[in-house]
This record gives sequence, structure tokens and C-alpha cells, in this order.
Amino acid sequence: MTVGWVDTVVQGLLLGGLYALFATGLSLIFGVMRIVNLAHGDLSILAAFLAVVAVESLGLHPFAALLLVAPLMAGLGYGLQRLVLNRLLGRGILPPILVTFGLSIIIQNVLLEVFSADSRRLNPGGIETASVAIGGQLAVGWFPLLTLAVAVLVLLGLQGLIGRLAVGRALRATSDDQETAELMGIDNRRLYGLAMALSLGIVAVAGVFLGIRTTFTFASGPDRLLFAFEAVIIGGLGSLWGTLVGGAVLGVAQTVGAKLSPGWGILTGHLVFLAVLLFRPQGLFAKARRIA
Amino acid sequence: MSLLEVRGLSAFYGTFQALFDVSLEAAEGETVAIIGANGAGKSTCLRAIAGVLAVPAAAVRLAGEAVGGRPAHDLVARGVVMVPEGRRIFPSLSVEENLEVGAYRGRPGPWSLPRVYDLFPVLAERRRQPGTNLSGGEQQMLAIGRGLMANPRLLLLDEISLGLAPVVVRGLYRALRTIAGEGTTTLVVDQDVSQVMALARRVYCFRKGSVSLEGPPAELTRDRLSAAYFGV
Repeated sequence: MTVGWVDTVVQGLLLGGLYALFATGLSLIFGVMRIVNLAHGDLSILAAFLAVVAVESLGLHPFAALLLVAPLMAGLGYGLQRLVLNRLLGRGILPPILVTFGLSIIIQNVLLEVFSADSRRLNPGGIETASVAIGGQLAVGWFPLLTLAVAVLVLLGLQGLIGRLAVGRALRATSDDQETAELMGIDNRRLYGLAMALSLGIVAVAGVFLGIRTTFTFASGPDRLLFAFEAVIIGGLGSLWGTLVGGAVLGVAQTVGAKLSPGWGILTGHLVFLAVLLFRPQGLFAKARRIA
Repeated sequence: MSLLEVRGLSAFYGTFQALFDVSLEAAEGETVAIIGANGAGKSTCLRAIAGVLAVPAAAVRLAGEAVGGRPAHDLVARGVVMVPEGRRIFPSLSVEENLEVGAYRGRPGPWSLPRVYDLFPVLAERRRQPGTNLSGGEQQMLAIGRGLMANPRLLLLDEISLGLAPVVVRGLYRALRTIAGEGTTTLVVDQDVSQVMALARRVYCFRKGSVSLEGPPAELTRDRLSAAYFGV
């Protein structure tokens, strides 16, 4: 009984690693540009399908495919920002929401057209089912552990970039005060392009790890966006490590809910999200260092 | 040839015209001041020169080149740096990081972190603290230091003594003399007329969006100034 519950919580914490990967890119873009990218989830699914193409046509391992897909998505992000989203700057919060919502619909329909409605999966050749025994009765999957480790590495890398590099200082300065940042010589439009490139590079990692963990279809994106959004809000908007904690809280809520009754997993996650919105709307880590 | 030459500059906020046919210039290494009542267009003029406001290219020339309407970040790379009204320190950045951001697109030149810390030792003492933890006067030093880090050819200073105690203002003006001594061309907007008159080689007085009086401080008598200032 007790081991069963410990196992449930551990699985939830590890699931949080995946949610944190989805949430980080969303949080970064919101922190720097005050834009909620509603196509974030669909872009992760697009990355997963691109990985499928790389695996099937080039015979690559999914992790090797990621080395192709992540830079590709980063380039797509830069182009998307420079050619489309930068045109909406300074026109209020509604235009970016409408445009990214439209982009979400376009991506889903293109994926449906190209890849059909069949569900797909990325096969890494065994690691997704391998596990390590801890203390006799508890078994932890290697792949969820790897996911969490990658999430921590991504967050560490992002923290180093934002905290120490000149471009990171520029991101924080622009997030604080866009006009003054321009007066200091920072080209906000180029910087926003870089931030979107970074965000979509990270979301490509999330998409490929999702595709290894579970099956996905052209329509899997909006759920991913919702979980990422919930993780960001639970953790505290703009807090880098808050996204990991938010992801973990959401993951544990979902696995605990699913253990209580198989249909309750997602619902319990939503209820915890609503509880945070009601009782601590600034999130658990609102006072932590701002992301950008 | 003048480093900065503004000719027939008009500027608008929407349909509201804030500047009418303003012309002014600053020679290389010169310190020039703009004075005038609130709403006279002083800050608007600086913002137009710094690239915040859209103006015709030919209205602003830098070393002979038409640069009006270029984006602010592009002008920084060309050596035009503005220290904005209200200091506008970045709250998520430490004192030192605020200074480092100033050097983001900067040019090579005499100013560096050690030189700025020499000029304002209090910033060195508090380098690790958030920039917005400083007092108003220290924040103004930080804002000026941040601008210097770009090694400007033309430094635009907007309302630097606003809300500061006289003793603090005197300290800031001592620093401005050091900066001018480095050969940096400086255009100062301030309401503290006595400090400005003691510092600048030439003074422009603005009234209702136009230049109402200009000349070296010695030629601007109290009567002529108050007439230009208030229109009486």
C-alpha cells in the first residue's frame, strides 16, 4: 500500500520533468515579450512529427533526430518572430493571441493533411520500458529519469544564459523596460527572434520526449499547451525553477488522481491548478528570480 | 563641422505637434544645454535625436550624415546615447549588470567599468545590489554611467536633476565636467538653470515647441531669459 503511493508520487514527480520542458519555452516567451504563444503545444507536436520523418527517412535514432529537429525548430522560431509576430508589437495583447491561435489551427490542419489522423510514436529501442529497481519494491523508469535530468539541464543552461551572458542581460533588460533597452543599443526585434528560437528549440526537446513517452496525433498540441500553461501558473509566472516545481506539482496531482480512480488524473491536475489560482494566484514561486 | 546638426525639426505625438521647426547644433566636444518650462518640447527634442520618435532623416545630422528616424539601437552603435528622464534603471539587474547593458552595442573608447567606478565610487561599493535599491541620486549616477559605458560621441541627458537635493545635483554636475573633459559632446536638458548656465558653452531656451532664445550663457541676461522662458 505505502510503496504503491510512494511509487505514484515518484512517477508524478518524473512526469513533472516533461511538463517543465513544455512550460519553460512558454514561460520564457511570456517573460520577455508578454506574449502567450497559443501555438506552443502544436509547435511541440510539429517537432515530434519532424522527428518521425527524420527517423523514418534517415534511419536515425530519435535522440539523434533531435539534433536535427531542435535547430530546425529554433530557426523556424526566429523566422516566425521576425516575419510575423514582430509585426504585432505595440498593438496590445489581443493581436498576438489571435495570430498564435490561428497558427495553432493551421499547424494542426497541415499535420492532419500530411500525416493523417493516425497516432504515431517515436521508438528509441528499449529505453522507454527499461527501469531501475530502488529499494526492492520500487521501480523507476530510465526514460522518465532521463526526461527529468534533461529538464534540469535545460533549466540550468537557461539560467546560465540569462544570468551570465550579455544576451541574457539584454533579455532581462528588455523584459523590464523595452524602450530603455532600445536606448541602450538593444535591438528588441532581433532579441525577440532569438528568444523565440530558444523557446522553440526547447519545445522541440519536449515534443520528442513526449513522442517517446506516449503516442501522439495531429491534435495532441492543445493539451500540451494547457499542461504547460498550468505548470507555469502553478510555479509562478516568470520564475525559471518555478516551472519545474509547477510541472512536478501538476504531475503528482495527475498521478495521484489517476490512482484514486483511473479517469480522475487530468481532472485532479486541473483542480490543483484552479486551487492555486484561487488561493495563491501569483504562483508558488512568484518571488523567485524573474526569468527574464 | 558640427557633430550634431538639427535643422527644421518638427515632431508629432499622433496629431499633436510638439516641436515646430527647431534648429540647433553642437560642435565636437561642446556642452550644450536646453532649458525651458514644462511642456516646452525639450525632452521631445532629445527623444527625436535619440531615435525614439519618428522624424525625417534630414532633420537630424550626425557628423554630416542624415540619421533622423533611425532606430534608437542603431544610433547607439553610431555613438548617440540618451540617459532618459526618470533614470529608468532596470530593476531585475544589479548595479554592475545595468552598467554592462550600457556596453551592449557600445563603441571602443575611454569609458569602461573601472573608469565609471572611478567617476562614481558609490556604484562600485554597491555593484552587486539591485539597481533600484539605490537612492535617487545614486540611480542618476548609475543611469549616466550606463550611458557612458557605450562610449558615446554624443551624450543626451534628460532632466538629470529632477527630484534630487541640491547637494546631489552639484555632485552630478561635477561629474558632467569630468565627462566633458573627456571630449564627449553633451546635450543637457534640465530645469536647474543656474547649474546649466555654469556648465554649458551654449544654451537654447525652448518655449511652446520652438527655440525662443539661444546664445552663450554670458549673453543671456536675466530679463532676456525670463522673456524667452515665460513669454512675458
